[in-house]
Amino acid sequence: MAKYSKDLLIISNRRISDEYFVLRLQAGEEVKLIMPGQFVQVLIENSSSTFLRRPISVYDKDIKNNTIDLLIKIAGDGTEVLSHIKEGDRLGLIYPLGNSFSMPAPGQRVLLVGGGVGVAPLFLAAKVLKERGIELEFILGYRSAGQLIDLDSFLSLARVHITTEDGSYGEKGKVTDHSRLGKDNYDRIYCCGPDPMMKAVAGFATQKLIHCEVSLENLMACGIGVCLCCIEPTVRGNVCTCTEGPVFNIKDLKWQI
Amino acid sequence: MADLRIKIGDLSLKNPVMTASGTCGFGPEMEDFFDPSLLGAIVMKGTTLENREGNDYPRMAETPSGMLNAVGLQNKGIENFIRNIYPIVRKYNTNLIVNVNGSTLEEYVQLSEIVNSLEDVPAIELNISCPNVKMGGMAFGTHLPTAEKVIRAVRKVYNKTLIVKLSPNVTDITEFARVSEQEGADSVSLINTLLGIAINPETRKPQLSTVTGGLSGPAVKPVALRMVWQVANAVKIPVIGIGGIMTYSDAVEFMLAGASAVQVGTAIFIEPDSPVKIIKGLDSYLDRKGFSSAYGLIGAIEK
Repeated sequence: MAKYSKDLLIISNRRISDEYFVLRLQAGEEVKLIMPGQFVQVLIENSSSTFLRRPISVYDKDIKNNTIDLLIKIAGDGTEVLSHIKEGDRLGLIYPLGNSFSMPAPGQRVLLVGGGVGVAPLFLAAKVLKERGIELEFILGYRSAGQLIDLDSFLSLARVHITTEDGSYGEKGKVTDHSRLGKDNYDRIYCCGPDPMMKAVAGFATQKLIHCEVSLENLMACGIGVCLCCIEPTVRGNVCTCTEGPVFNIKDLKWQI
Repeated sequence: MADLRIKIGDLSLKNPVMTASGTCGFGPEMEDFFDPSLLGAIVMKGTTLENREGNDYPRMAETPSGMLNAVGLQNKGIENFIRNIYPIVRKYNTNLIVNVNGSTLEEYVQLSEIVNSLEDVPAIELNISCPNVKMGGMAFGTHLPTAEKVIRAVRKVYNKTLIVKLSPNVTDITEFARVSEQEGADSVSLINTLLGIAINPETRKPQLSTVTGGLSGPAVKPVALRMVWQVANAVKIPVIGIGGIMTYSDAVEFMLAGASAVQVGTAIFIEPDSPVKIIKGLDSYLDRKGFSSAYGLIGAIEK
């Protein structure tokens, strides 16, 4: 798939919590081709401590208006600077990058499990799956009720089960503790979140022989497969997360689970 | 329109801008961003005789105005190159340069011999300066008698343009440039990355699996410029300048310091089409300053 390097117009910057904001960008016809799980490389200007672009998952897209939404967590100086970008500004993006979640067969049921900013690619995945008539549910894990991200958007797509570590919302514990996970009426798990969460979910899926795909967030420089920094050991050897991932079938990974 | 053509050994470059090894794959990876045929040359990803998996993750740390990498020459080996990549890249209308690596002198020689037989590869860059491998690499490029031996041995079997890539991790880089010239190298390229470390204060762990890695990006530019200037004053063979070139004006600085050509590396990670922007910028700079040829810039630093 062709990759584009463009300066895109910011249509809106919506703050959703202390930590998170959503940018809507005006792109072109190529928005049609963006698949759930793919990411963009964002150029950060005016941040003296940020040298490299920042990889950000595509949160949502609108093929009527050719827009891309990015859900961004303020995690350091670069994303802090980015959080102040305004409607009418321009942002340099290289996109779309990486592979995507696979398409389930008709009639299959999918459980989307995510946590933190990892919920971003799951939103677009859910939207696309729903359009194709796939039955789905979310289990989303957060530290506490205050950290919940854009819950209404997720609720508009499917049933959402929540866990919080402090029990302030939904079931107390981690996503793998949620009672929904134990009920076996789904065929696939798509997961994106912190490493320990993905490993726990992968462990569960392996045990139950459920097809499971995870979206990795390996540290990246180029995002286009030339620097060979974001490698993940797989059954095929070390591969670039930016080109052969970020989505991997857990069977291909060398995780100790 | 100034004449951008430059000669390095038997290589005729249409302009002085190359991509640095390990920053543009083999060329096809860049086609969404620019036509590789626009380049003076493509220096392809470091190649070894056999497949290498490279170092463990993490291999990269962002640092002020630059980055550390510890890739460790991950590549699929020369046979894979010849079978799967060469047939595609040989069609480019530019110079293909194979970056040659080995763990032993014999491996350098054997690989150079194989590459010598590739009709559409007019040059090699002998990498005796990779800081991220335990065996070979920088070990060859930081010990003068060893460097001398490997260059001499490769020169015997390689009869096209031989470029030696020098390590900055030495006390006096001009000694290594002189040895390269004396052993028959057609050119030297410098600098490879500078050995560095980054530590996470929260976890107290090094940020790279190998602890040390190679620093690149604008952070190294003043050091690279100084070394290029020193080497250009020490040898007669053409010097290829590398180190933190992000814009055409950086490229101009390197040429003024004495470089006959430049390589763009880390900049590609941020702006994939930066080599092409640099070619255009160089062209208009020469016009603006009244140079009829890029040759006018080489070593033209005003003292």
